[in-house]
Order: sequence, then C-alpha cells, then structure tokens
Amino acid sequence: MTALLEVSGVSVTFDGFRAINNLSFSIGAQELRAIIGPNGAGKTTFMDIVTGKTRPDTGSVTFGERSVSLLSLSEAQIARVGVGRKFQRPTVFEDQSVAENLTMALKAQRAPWRVLFWKEGPEDRAKVEALAEEVGLAEHLPRKAGELSHGQKQWLEIGMLLAQEPRLLLVDEPAAGMTLAEREHTTALLVEMAKTRAVVVVEHDMEFVRRLNCKVTVLHEGAVLAEGSLDHVTKNQQVIEVYLGRG
Amino acid sequence: MTRQTFVERSFLAKNPSVLWFILILALFTLGVTVLSEAYGVAFISTSFVKTLGKTLCLCLVALAMDLIWGYAGILSLGHMAFFALGGYMLGMWLIYARTEEIVVAALAQGGLPATPEEVRQGIAVQIFGVVGASEFPPIWALAHSFWGQMFLVVAVPGVLALVFGWLAFRSRVTGVYLSILTQAMTLALALYLFQNDSGLRGNNGLSGLQNLPGLSDVSQDDLSIWFFWASAFALGAGYVLLAWVVSGKFGSVIRAIRDDEQRVRFLGYSVEGYKLFVFTLTAVIAAIAGALYYPQAGIINPAELAPIASIYLAVWVAIGGRGRLYGAVIGAAFVSLLSSWFTGGRAPSIPLGFYTINWVDWWLVLLGLSFVAVTLFAPKGIGGLFDLWQGRRAPDRKGAALGPDDSSLQEKEALK
Amino acid sequence: MIRPPLFLPQGVMRHFLLSLATALLLALPGLAQAQGTATDILNENRSLVEKPTRAKIAPVIEALAASGDPVAATVLAAWADKGLGLRKADGTFFLIEASGDTWLLRDLTGADAGTAPKSDIVELRPNAGVRGLIATALVQFTLSDPDPETRAEALTSIARDPEEAHLQPLRASLATETDPVLKAQKERLERLLTLRFDTDSAARVAAIQGFGADLGLDLRGALNPLLATSRIAFTGDLPEGSNLARDLVPGKDLSEVEAYDLLVAAGMAPARLTVEEARAALLANIVDGAVGGVPVAELGTQEARDRAYTALEVAGTVPPAATDAEVAAAIAAHRFVEVYEEPDPAVTSAAKSALDGITMKVGAMQAADLALDAVSLASIYFLAAIGLAITFGVMRVINMAHGEFIMMGAYTGYVVQLFITNYTLSILIALPLAFAVTFAAGVAMERLVIRHLYKRPLETLLATFGISIALQQIAKNIFGTQARPLTAPGWLDGALVFNDVVSISYIRIAIFVLAMVFLLFFLWLMKRTRLGLEVRAVTQNPSMAASMGINPDRINMLTFGLGSGIAGIAGAAIGLFAKVTSELGSDYIVQSFMTVVVGGVGNIWGTLAGAALIGALQKGIEWLNPSNTLAAQTYMILFIILFIQFRPRGIIALKGRAAGD
Repeated sequence: MTALLEVSGVSVTFDGFRAINNLSFSIGAQELRAIIGPNGAGKTTFMDIVTGKTRPDTGSVTFGERSVSLLSLSEAQIARVGVGRKFQRPTVFEDQSVAENLTMALKAQRAPWRVLFWKEGPEDRAKVEALAEEVGLAEHLPRKAGELSHGQKQWLEIGMLLAQEPRLLLVDEPAAGMTLAEREHTTALLVEMAKTRAVVVVEHDMEFVRRLNCKVTVLHEGAVLAEGSLDHVTKNQQVIEVYLGRG
Repeated sequence: MTRQTFVERSFLAKNPSVLWFILILALFTLGVTVLSEAYGVAFISTSFVKTLGKTLCLCLVALAMDLIWGYAGILSLGHMAFFALGGYMLGMWLIYARTEEIVVAALAQGGLPATPEEVRQGIAVQIFGVVGASEFPPIWALAHSFWGQMFLVVAVPGVLALVFGWLAFRSRVTGVYLSILTQAMTLALALYLFQNDSGLRGNNGLSGLQNLPGLSDVSQDDLSIWFFWASAFALGAGYVLLAWVVSGKFGSVIRAIRDDEQRVRFLGYSVEGYKLFVFTLTAVIAAIAGALYYPQAGIINPAELAPIASIYLAVWVAIGGRGRLYGAVIGAAFVSLLSSWFTGGRAPSIPLGFYTINWVDWWLVLLGLSFVAVTLFAPKGIGGLFDLWQGRRAPDRKGAALGPDDSSLQEKEALK
Repeated sequence: MIRPPLFLPQGVMRHFLLSLATALLLALPGLAQAQGTATDILNENRSLVEKPTRAKIAPVIEALAASGDPVAATVLAAWADKGLGLRKADGTFFLIEASGDTWLLRDLTGADAGTAPKSDIVELRPNAGVRGLIATALVQFTLSDPDPETRAEALTSIARDPEEAHLQPLRASLATETDPVLKAQKERLERLLTLRFDTDSAARVAAIQGFGADLGLDLRGALNPLLATSRIAFTGDLPEGSNLARDLVPGKDLSEVEAYDLLVAAGMAPARLTVEEARAALLANIVDGAVGGVPVAELGTQEARDRAYTALEVAGTVPPAATDAEVAAAIAAHRFVEVYEEPDPAVTSAAKSALDGITMKVGAMQAADLALDAVSLASIYFLAAIGLAITFGVMRVINMAHGEFIMMGAYTGYVVQLFITNYTLSILIALPLAFAVTFAAGVAMERLVIRHLYKRPLETLLATFGISIALQQIAKNIFGTQARPLTAPGWLDGALVFNDVVSISYIRIAIFVLAMVFLLFFLWLMKRTRLGLEVRAVTQNPSMAASMGINPDRINMLTFGLGSGIAGIAGAAIGLFAKVTSELGSDYIVQSFMTVVVGGVGNIWGTLAGAALIGALQKGIEWLNPSNTLAAQTYMILFIILFIQFRPRGIIALKGRAAGD
C-alpha cells in the first residue's frame, strides 16, 4: 500500500521549545487512523504542519501519488490538493445560511474570477441538498448557521468537509461535547468515510478511539512513541508510563 | 433608467432591494431635473444641484468602502486617495484641453498658424507657471487625450491598489495593522503631491475643472445637471454591480473571509487573492467616483488626499450601516449633506447665555462624538433601523449575528 | 570696520573711528617722520580730496598712511566718517562736528578752532569705494593698537572681508604682537591672506600646505575662490596663461545648448534663432500671403518655418541664424574647457588637494552631525511613541487620539506659561501637570469608550478617531488656529558646538535625556513593580489573571492612563521646539504608529529600535535630498511599507505561539 501522506523527520521549535521532534508518520489512501497523546504531545501542531499553518524547521511532508511537497504550498493550495481539516470547535460561518456554507465548500473552481461568475446549477443544488440530508440538516438549509445548536454546527462542518471531497481528512476531537447518540453517529460516519479516503482522528477519549477500531499512533513530546492496534499500544510499557499511567 | 436589463432576472428577483434602490434613485434624479434651473422650474439652485451631484459621487465611493470594509472586513483608510487620484487623472485632461483652447485662441491672433511645439509650450507655461516650471513632466504624456486619461483614471489607482494590496496581503498584514498601513500609504501620496516638483502643481492642485473643453457655450446650469445625471447613472450602475458581486458565492466567500479568514483558507480559497481583487475593484470604483466628483467641485488639491478624508469615508459607512449597500449610500448622503448644512453656516446657533454654540466651530465635535456614540450603541448604524422595521415580520434569531461587529480570526483562535 | 560695511550704523562707526584715532595719537609718536605732514599732503591734493574717485585718490591715501604723522590716522578716520570739512574761503581742512546750524571746528591736530556756519564749510563725503580705501589704510594702525580688543576687532573684520592690501600691514604687526592668542590668530590670518594674495607662488603653496588637517570654515572660504572656474571655448591650443581645470565634452559634461551659448557669448558663432525671433522675422516678411515662397497657412509646423526662414536668409532679408546642423558643426569645431580663474597651476593643485582632504574629513564630520540629528529625531519619535507602545504594544488597544493627548500636553505647557512667567519653573510644573491632565483624559476615555470595545479592534480605531476629531476641534475652538508659543527656559537655548560642522542644540539633548529617562522608567515599571507584573499578567491571560485576584479592569484603566500621561509629557516636551497647534498631534500620530509597528509590537526595545530606524532613515533621506523634507517623508513611508513586507512583526518580533497567528 503506497502512502497518501508521508511525513518524515519533521521538527518544529517555538522559542526554544521543541513542539515536534523528528516526527515521522504516514497513512494510506483509504485508512482510518487515530492519534492519541497527552496534552502538549504535539497533536495540534502536527495538524498545523500538514495543513500549512505552521512551517517546520526541518523535515519533509509529501502528499499523493506524485509526492507533492506540502511545505511549499499555502494553506489554500493544500486544501485544494485534497486535505480537509475539521477544527475542535465547530467553525462555520455563523452569519451565513447553511446552504451558503455548504455551497462555499462544494468542490469547484476557487479562483476569484471563476467564483465571481459561478452560477448555481441544478446539480450543485442537488449536491447541497444531498449533503444536508446526509448530516441531518435538510430542513435547516435556509437558516443562518449561527442559529444552529452546537451539535448541528459540528454536523454542518462535517458536511462542509464532505462537500470539499478531500482525499485526506484531519479531524480534531470530533466527539467533544457530543451526546452518546451523536458519538455513535459520528463513529459510524468516520468509519464510512475512511472507506473512500484517509481519515486522521485526533482524540483524547479512549472509549471513542476503541470504538473506531483502527490503527493508533501515540505521540509524546513531539515524537511517535508507539504505533499499532489500540490493544497493542496500551500494552506498551512506555505508553503506560507517559500517558495511561498518569491516568 | 433601463440599464438593469443586462442583469439576470434571477439576480433581481433574489435582490428586490436593488430594484427599490434603482426606483428611488430614478425618481430622485427625475425630481431634481424637474426642479433644476436648466430643465425645470428653477426651484433648486445650480450650486445645490452640484452639491447633490457630488453627494451621489460620495455615495458611490461609500459603496466601494462598504464592499471592502463592511463585506470583506478590511478597514482601508486609503480609498479617498484612490478617489482623489481618479479626480487628478481626469483633471489633467480637463485642464490640458481647456488650456489648449485658450492657448490656440491666443496664438491665432499672432498672424501665423501655431506650430504644435508652440501650442504645447504655451500650455505648459500656462499650467506650470504657478510652480515655476515650463516643461511637461513625463506623467502628462497622455494628458492631451481624453481616452488616454480616462484609461488612467482606472489604471493608475487600479495599479497602485494592486501593487500595494499585493505587498500588504501577501505578508498577511491584517486588521488594524492594515488600516495603519493604508493610512501611511495615503499620507505618503499626499505628501508627494504637495511637492511642487511632483508634476501635478504641488499644493495649487488642478483648478477650473468645472469648465469643460469644447463646451464653453454651455452654461453651468446645464453642465451641472448633466454631471448630476452621470453621477446618478454611475451610482446606479455601481449599486447593481456591487449588489451582484455580493449576492453570489463571491459575496459569500468575502463575508466568510471577514468572519474567519483562516477557515476560508482551509476551504481552499486563496484569501489573499480575494482581498486583492476586492481592494483593486473598490479602488477603481472610488477612482471613477472621484473622476465624476472633481469636475463638479471645480478644484482638486493634495489636501483632498489627507488621511482624515478616508476616515470620514469610514465614518459615513459606519453611521449608515456596514455590510449593507444601502446603508453606505444612506450614511454618505446623510452625513455629507448634514455636514455641508452645518459648516455652511446655515444651521442656527444655540445661545447658552454664557456661550453661543456656533455650528461652524462645533460641528466636527458633534460629528466626532456622535461617531463614538454610533460605534458604542448602534454598531449597525442607520441601516439597523430597517432591521427593526423588518423585525416585526421575521422572528428573532437565536444565534447572535456575528457580522462585522465581532469577527477577527485572532479572537476566536485565542479562545481555543 | 576697516572697510565699513554700508549697513553699519553710523554711530558705531563714528565711535570706533574716533577711539581709533585717539589710540593712534598715543601709539605712533616714535615713528619716523616721512615725507611731510598729513596737513601738507592734504593741502597738496586739495582738489582731489574734495572730489575723490577711487582710482585717483589711492596714492594720496597711501601717502597719508605712510607719512608717519600721528595726525594722519585722525584725519583718515574723520574723513571716512564725514568728519572732515573744507573751509570755502581759504581751503583749510578742519575736523568738523555738527551742532545745530553750525559746525564745531577743530584743526587737524585736534585743537579747538571755534565754530562756523554750515554754509561756510564743505562737508567731505567720500563714496563707499573711497571709504574702503581709507579703511584699508587704517588697518596698519589698528593692528598695532595697544588695546587687545581693538586688535581682535580688527582681525575679525579682516577675516570677514580680506583684501590684498591687508597682507603687508598684517605681516608688519606680527613681530610686535605680544598677546599669544592674538598672535596665533594673526599668524593664521596671515597664512590665509598669503595663500590668496601673495605674489610668490611658492609662498602660497607653502601657506596652503601649512594648514595640514585644518577644517576651519575660514580656510575653506579662502581655498574655494582659488578653485573658482569659468568655461571657455576655443579652437586650436589652450590660450596662453590659462590654468586648465578639466576638459568638457559637449553632451556629457555640458549640454549642447550650454556649449553653443558659450560660443555665442564669446562672439564665436551667430546666435541661435529663438522661436519668438523667428516668428517675428517671418511676420515681418509676409509678402502676398507667403513668406519666402511658403504660404502663411502652411507655417503651422516647425519644418515649414525653418524652410521659410532659410529662404529669407538666402535672399538676405534676415540675418543668418544658426540652424541645428550649423550649431552641431560649430560645437564640433571647438574645444570646451573649464579653466581656473587663478592662473598659477601650482597654487590650484595645492588648493585642490588641500580642499579634497578637507572635503573628506568634513564628510566624516557631517556624517557624525547627521548621526546626532538622527539620534535627536529618533528620541522625538521615541518620546511620541512610548505612550503608544504601552497602549498599543502592551494592551493591543489602538488609540488614534494618542496624537491629541500629545497636543493636550503641549497646550498644558502653554497655559502654565500664561500664569507662571519664569520659564524654568513653569516647565517644571507643566511636565507633571501635563501628565496629570492626559492621565485623567486617558482614564476617562478608557472607562467611557475603550472598555466596551476590547474585542473589536477596528471599532476601537474608529471610535478613538471620533474622539481625536472632536478633541482637535475643541482645541481649535479654545486656542484658535494660530500657533501658540511654548518657550524653553533660557538655559536650554544655544547649542553644544564640537566644531564648525558638528553641533547639537541643548534642547535636543534635553529631549534625548528625557527619552532615556522614560525608557528606564518604563523598564523599571514593567520589570520591577507590582503594577508591571499585573499588567504583564493581564496582557498574557486576562481570565487567569482575574482568577488570581488581579482586577483586570483596574489594570487596564491604569495602563491606559499611564500611556496617555506619558503622551502628555512628550507633548509638553515636543511643544518646546515645535509649533503648538491643534494639529500638533496628527503630525506625529502616523510616525508614532510606524515606530511601534516597525519596532515590533509589545516590546519596548523594539520601539526604541523602530524610532532609531525611522529617525536615521528620515535624516539619511533628507541628506540625500536636502531641499525636500516632504520627499524624505514620502520615501520613508514607502520604505516602511516595504520593510513590513519582510518583517511583518517588526524588528524585534515575539516568536512562536505567543505571537498568535
């Protein structure tokens, strides 16, 4: 299996603090992966690097069959080659309607001139409606996103991610603040999505990770501590010490 | 006014306020025409027609300001500089062509037909005598040509905005930093134009712009109403254009940039490209407004570029109501007309016994303080009144309207 | 005083010359009697003395000076000062003094000779040229005057306006000079005169080289005329006796037009036809609606006019004028050079090398002076920006009314001076009072406006702009639009002068000291006090600070007040050298923001670096283009815009996560 995303030897320093230390990571084209680790392990910084928000001091990040280096691309370009990111807090455009939010995210030309003359065709409309249906917001299309409940905003954001049709999806603590039922729904959706693309889930919650039933990467102090099935890593002595042991 | 025919019907159907605006503007234009000295009952003086025409131009530049600030969230303090640059560019042709007429007429008295060199030299001496020069600076290369200068009206502010915007947005200067940077740009431009060797007559500026070349037989009464029509047309066209820009997905994207530009980047939109596009587009609109304004004002000088002018522009838009096009128009018209009423000495003084409030002196104090009050208590401006009126029909929204009031990526990221 | 400048008040002249004359009477009794007395000389040349011309009177004055008669000095001084009269009746000379309608008369030795009606006496009024000759002649007497002050005055006056004739008397007086300071001055002056006026080339070169590393303005003033050049054109060899400075290549060192003008001025070529002349010539020769066969209607191009004029030229109706081709040929046929006015090549080359050396050293000095200027400008910007560095840099609150706080400080100083006329005392009161006033204004503004806008930076910017507009207009309404004086105490007048090139005014030194004091104060406040600790805590994490018992409201209020108060003090200081108007603040606001932004927000050292950069830059650009401070500001702002491209976070940037994104 060739890797979709290949991160190797990446290091980042903030004011002398090594947030990421010689980290290497790779994920296949259709794979679900959970990243766990204690606070300050570098999970968010890792996502920042992949999405172009933070530039590493050393190392390389390549993506896709043609091994495009993501380090030379801007955030927007990275998003366009097929990396989607879901933030921990739902970040949707609250001043705009659900339909507008989804339309904006639809895979289409992103250049200003093209967008200016973009006209919504019937198939776009159908796509938006289908997406809204999928995330359970079909009845809320004309409502402003700001009026939705917290969970609904999470769903809207997931809908927007789906609309982007990314090849790699980075999801930051999707289960935070969700009810049990919503969590189950989310788990199912993530597993379903990982059948057609790569999904990286950053999560604290061990129960949730166990439910995902996938390969787990444990980060500690900016480096990979262990990798394997959840059962495998939880038996790892080091992992127990630095993470679970602190319980 | 039938120019909206080129617009898609579906767009107008979705935006009834555009129709309303065009209707009101058409009625207003008709009314002023009927009441004017040139074509009507002479109820409105020519100078007031000019004031109204100028006000329409200010409304147009306020529209541009609303797009860049209210919609895209970039508080530019440089758009009046583009406005003035547009005025300068058209003013160059006006003063050149007008002086050419005078010089040719004078030389015709001389017995020999004038050579092109003599004419050009004569014009140069006439125009640049005040700054002690007698040669045309290179920037006047196109001044003899109306279409050449019309091209520059768009090109000079457009290119300046493009270069400045590219530099500023590329390095991700945002928020108040960008405001200060645009203000610095305006100041630099004004200081440059204040020099006598800037090639634009230093602080004398360009004058006599109300006299159109080739139309010396036409009275100012007629000219004023023609310019009024042109200004009304430009405002109408500008309104339709901007309403179209903000109504579609493009509008959606720029409002999204205003509210959370980092999130927009992760959606794959190049935020810098959009900002640059909007910055340049609005600069060009501002320049066109300026090119219409200064022939009605008659004179332009570098003081018009002072940073404070751009701040007043922001004040108009804020008082009218940001993020809605009609708000900008209302704000510009309301504040600038009120301002000319107060500073024109027509507002009655208020005697307090120990002190008499003379509005010529105190109007700016009132404006400054009411601006603070609007920012604090009515961030939606006058346009917010329309919400109150519509509020009876639409139920209260649960979520707070984010909009331009509370935006800025930094704040939300900071909470994380 | 030797050649009295025309604008010198007569009273001063009279006093000086009279005291001079008395001095001479005492000084020169021992000198050998020369040919005849002063009276004899005057009498012999009576008609010349009565109506003197500069050319003819010179030998008479020289004879008087050389006579050795003590009376001569008195007579000369009186003559120059319109104190010499001639009795019409018998042609006797008297020293005269007006007294009502009559003249008080004294004979030439000074003895009283009664009075005479005005009509009896011809008052001698020598013209300026003659007075100059007399003054020169008097020099030798003055330079040996027993009073050192008179000698010093004489030296000063010679130095101000040196003449060839001064050289000999000066040399003669050297030997008898006893005062070491004056002797040194005399020697220096002697060399300065030698290098200009001596007839011996070697002596002049020696004098020039004798100055070595001297940088004096007087030396440069003496050397520069030696290197004065003029342009000449000629064919063949360089004219005899010319001292070649350099060759001029037309089109490179001088324009074609200048080259041809030289030829015309020297009568070596016909004048070029101006457009107006050609026009007039053509107009004068219109025959049957045509000029030289070219119809008038076609004369609308330069080419047709040239054709018509050439036709007239051929017909001989107009004088020949140079066409472009002729001009080019004439220029090609001549050689153009710059020659020194000074004919002696040895002297010019010595002067040139001496001046080159001086220029280089002066350049270095000017760089030092420029650096001082830059430092003082930087301290002004720093002073104006430091308050902003607190409100904007620490609290991240944009305060566009900051400039108006500066203005309030300056006006506070002005108002204090209205009540306290002792400038030292008033400035001592004004500084703390300015702080108090603007502190209060700042606190009020924070409480009433800014507090409600902490989460909305752009709106803070606009609201404070509103306040700025209002404050400016209120100041205008109270104090009017004209500039108000804020006078510095006397001990701040003047400048610290290092040499002719490098100097700095005391007021700028005071500003610099004040800026340094504020820097130390700021550092002490932030690093060493409880308030500073709390401010830093609130800046970094308001909610955490609040939970630890710090009241963020109170801290914000105090910090803002502090920043505003410092702006007030800066205003009182800036007002000492700038015009106090309602627009004082807006002159500084953009530069202040630039200083903070360029330096790096949130770091006082950054503000210092920003002020230094902007000050140095502005002075540097002004130096490149000294005539135009507007252009300097324009280019400086452009530079800053570009600078921000490369260091968006300023010179000293906060790094990492703390900086936010």
